[in-house]
Amino acid sequence: MSSETITVEIWRGKEEGEFQTYQVPRMESQTVLDIVTYVQRNLDPGLSYRFACRVGVCGSCAMTVNGKPRWTCRTHIDKVAGDGTLRIQPLRNLPVIRDLAVDMTDFFEKWTQAKAQFVPTATRADDFAQVSPDDPQRKEASAGIECINCGVCYSACDTVAWLGDYLGPAALNRAWTLHNDVRDGGRAERLKAISGSGGCQACHSHQSCFELCPKHLNPTASIAGLKRATVKAALKGEI
Amino acid sequence: MTSARAEILEWLVQRVTAAILAVCVIVHLAVIVIAVQGGVTSKEIVARVGGSVPWLLFYSVFVVSVALHAPVGLRNILREYTSFGRRTTHWIMAAVCVLILVMGFRAVIGLYGLGA
Amino acid sequence: MKAHRNHANYWAFALHRLSGVALLFFLPAHFYVLGLAVEQAATLDMFLSWTEAPLVKLLETGLVILLAAHMTGGLRVLAIEFLAWRDWQKSVVAITGGLSVAAGLLFLLNAG
Ligand code: SF4
Ligand code: SF4
Ligand code: FES
Repeated sequence: MSSETITVEIWRGKEEGEFQTYQVPRMESQTVLDIVTYVQRNLDPGLSYRFACRVGVCGSCAMTVNGKPRWTCRTHIDKVAGDGTLRIQPLRNLPVIRDLAVDMTDFFEKWTQAKAQFVPTATRADDFAQVSPDDPQRKEASAGIECINCGVCYSACDTVAWLGDYLGPAALNRAWTLHNDVRDGGRAERLKAISGSGGCQACHSHQSCFELCPKHLNPTASIAGLKRATVKAALKGEI
Repeated sequence: MTSARAEILEWLVQRVTAAILAVCVIVHLAVIVIAVQGGVTSKEIVARVGGSVPWLLFYSVFVVSVALHAPVGLRNILREYTSFGRRTTHWIMAAVCVLILVMGFRAVIGLYGLGA
Repeated sequence: MKAHRNHANYWAFALHRLSGVALLFFLPAHFYVLGLAVEQAATLDMFLSWTEAPLVKLLETGLVILLAAHMTGGLRVLAIEFLAWRDWQKSVVAITGGLSVAAGLLFLLNAG
């Protein structure tokens, strides 16, 4: 197998740029990240890209692979390059810094805008909160909690592309997990923050986020939960 | 009204009218399928809906729901594909709503009146 | 269709949006023609007999399918947003697609 090579096209430049073609030896269980690393180490030291853990934990290695956003460290070539071609680009919907590295500032900025952080209510005098694993709210939170902030969903979402201020699937998914955390004290404010013009109502349920999330999370379902929660709050006059 | 509240209510109005419209459309499609057998004539239409209060109510609900439902969808599309501001899209929404109401009720009331 | 869009739920969304726009354009024409019945029954009848032509019939079938597609697509959205649905959503797309085609066929068979 190692005698074969694969032709890889990799984006070079910023928003303006071009694809460059490389020949990379095929190896068993080779990932897209392995390919990019091979190119950088052996063929083109100037290539910029980002990774850290290489095992699907840190969320830093996402790129567009043959048109779809993927976590590259856990995407096997066999799975995505069935026809023998591989085209690697930076993530969509985020400004390109250089080559395959994008600027994630907007992505994280929107988590802040969505008030997607835990607001503690307990003091050190309080006992631990008791949350049963069977509690329906706990289950909702658990279903969305494993996000690694990779930006794949954000890059896949057309609403992000069409509506500049849309908060996006990841931030809203996080907001929903917090909304279901009984210990959290930021619910009312958060619901307001996620229902402006770029809020959860803008989601069209096309589920590209769910389709491509490497952790198999379902942001569409989380966003649907937020839609219902905001309606309830609005009807009660809280928003 | 805050923009967050407006956004939520618009969304809700579209969903509630969607549910109503689903029922209306099923009835409407059933009527169409039955009516087209042997061809439609104005006589046939008038004989069915003219002077009939239940049909008047049904079509009124239908028109009002459409008039509320369609502009929200149109606004989403304009917002996503054009650079129109909030104000502009809301004016367009209002105009489309009024247009549907006026044209719809002209037809509905007109047909009802023919049977009286 | 771009790669990241090529999946059932995106197609459902696209069809829903297209059918919605098409219906919005059709609606004023529909109301206008019905309004004719009030002033000029003869004009309406002329129009209605024109709708007997095969090509027009086909277009009308298209409209019936559009309406059915938009409705069933809307039910898909309502189901996603209001029901506990996580697992059976893909079947929803298939069911809604089937229903709209069925509505169109029914119309054609009846009209024929
Ligand atoms: S379902 Fe919502 S969040 Fe997911 S891709 Fe579509 S618009 Fe974006
Ligand atoms: S929801 Fe999934 S795709 Fe989106 S950032 Fe989190 S892990 Fe990545
Ligand atoms: S390198 Fe950490 S997730 Fe891929």
